[in-house]
Amino acid sequence: MSELYTEVQRLKETYPDWHSAMLPALRLAQEKHGYLSPEALRECADALGTTPAVCEAVASFYDMLHLKPIGLHMVEVCTNVSCALVGAQQVLERFEQELGVSAGETTADGEVTLRPIECLGGCGWATIVSVDHHYRTHVKPEDVPRIVQELRNGE
Amino acid sequence: MANEVVFADAYERDLTKLAEYEAIGGYAALAKARTMGPQAVIDEVSASELRGRGGAFFPTGRKWAFIPKPDQNPNPHYLVVNADESEPGSFKDNEIMARVPHRFIEGCLITAHAVEAKWVFVYIRGEYTGPYEVLVAALEELKARDDILDGVTIVLHRGAGAYICGEETALLESLEGKRGQPRTKPPFPAVEGLYRSPTVVNNVETMATIPPIIDIGGAEYAKLGVPDSRGTRVVSISGHVKRPGNYEIENGTSVRSLIYDLGGGITEDRPLKAVIPGGSSTVILRYDEIDVGYDFNSLLALKTAMGSAGVVVLDDRCCMVQLGIRISEFYEHESCGKCTPCREGTRWMTQILRRLEAGEADQHELDLLLDVCDRINGKCLCPLGETAAIAVASYVDKFRGEFQQHVDEGACPFGESSPLHNVLAPVAMHTHSPVAVVPA
Repeated sequence: MSELYTEVQRLKETYPDWHSAMLPALRLAQEKHGYLSPEALRECADALGTTPAVCEAVASFYDMLHLKPIGLHMVEVCTNVSCALVGAQQVLERFEQELGVSAGETTADGEVTLRPIECLGGCGWATIVSVDHHYRTHVKPEDVPRIVQELRNGE
Repeated sequence: MANEVVFADAYERDLTKLAEYEAIGGYAALAKARTMGPQAVIDEVSASELRGRGGAFFPTGRKWAFIPKPDQNPNPHYLVVNADESEPGSFKDNEIMARVPHRFIEGCLITAHAVEAKWVFVYIRGEYTGPYEVLVAALEELKARDDILDGVTIVLHRGAGAYICGEETALLESLEGKRGQPRTKPPFPAVEGLYRSPTVVNNVETMATIPPIIDIGGAEYAKLGVPDSRGTRVVSISGHVKRPGNYEIENGTSVRSLIYDLGGGITEDRPLKAVIPGGSSTVILRYDEIDVGYDFNSLLALKTAMGSAGVVVLDDRCCMVQLGIRISEFYEHESCGKCTPCREGTRWMTQILRRLEAGEADQHELDLLLDVCDRINGKCLCPLGETAAIAVASYVDKFRGEFQQHVDEGACPFGESSPLHNVLAPVAMHTHSPVAVVPA
């Protein structure tokens, strides 16, 4: 049995009804496979005791679950109103420059995916940039080269 | 802020630590509640006149009282906490979980006692890694404390990125491992919620307010605030203010005071243009409407609401059409697609607003925009589309001249000088060309 299978069994036992393990299982499968590839969906479905189609139907609903390949690192810039008011668009554009990609794309070496994202719930500490799901607060365009450098150095 | 309740002692001490929290009397309210019996706890919360802090402002005690007694419904009862805070402008639950996790957990345990639930599910939005880790650590500290947990299981369930899962029935669908689409109501969750069992769904701040209420008593808590809006509220202030952040206020504090006292005034001392009072879903207030109490009745008189208490301040450079585009794009992206008026209507709103901004809209399209808004209102299962429509229609209503100017001049009078100019929203990356054709 795969490691994912064992961990998903543990997740299923966390809930009174195993169906509730769907999102945590998909998250886990994504972490192990990089994204929810057909193989990842199959493995996740087998572990849950359902079909890949069900897993895919659920996964496609959620922004944090990816059915297409993404970079090793994820940079998400909140461009909702509160962040936009203090310059989120300029932060996003600076990331585009530094990374050499347009928003929504992954760098050619497969390292970093850049995308705008809806409100991250940090409006008072704008601009919020989520780097590998950890928030950087009060980000200004001039902070961007340092963040990219840290990512490139694997920090 | 002499009357802090939710954040009491949180700035002086590190209340993420169990020992620190117990040192200020933490978990004593839980012990007290357990000596009181479930109905007495519900009565105490009813006496406090606490109303839900998630946005709907429903009386908390009454919600709990809807839960059938075990002899009326044999199914187990569940407490589900809505920690899916995703409303643009709101970031209070984020800080509450991060700063006072034990007060929050204590509130959950008192509520579980009141509604006789043995399971608590905290549905926390997937992006909130920080607060999630704080809660994991707090629960780890409680692991060996049977005196506190008393057989109640608390499960942290992480969302995966969907604003709609903040709607309680969508949240329950998502928690059951499905796409987060709202259910038809009735039945309401109190009757058929999680796993078709009686379920109470409460917001994070509501939970963190429960221990102080049990501690000081409902009547004492109800001395704070104003009629129909008792107690305190954690308000998230953001946008063009000098000191953005979360502030715990007594309900009824004026909006002017939120902006100019707590928020420190407008950035660079520019003129105020408008305020979104309760998160992106609420009717906007003009600069001349801020001498109003931040409470249910005062804001209702202006046809708006505290919502999820996200106060977004906009200065005079902001274009209201651009604001409409960004808000409409948000709802277009987050619409779950179940109800046609919301799914199609939010997209239409965005397209018309984009034509207005580009100076390509005819006079009739301004009316068409309001017509589309009107055709969403009251015609969907949940409030998502409706709030988008109400918000955008309020920008037109309160800044009609500015919208008209876009038509008359065939261009945006603000253009690049507005900070909301050409902001890239997630939905705009893939789904539609910048300017669509609107039929005559």
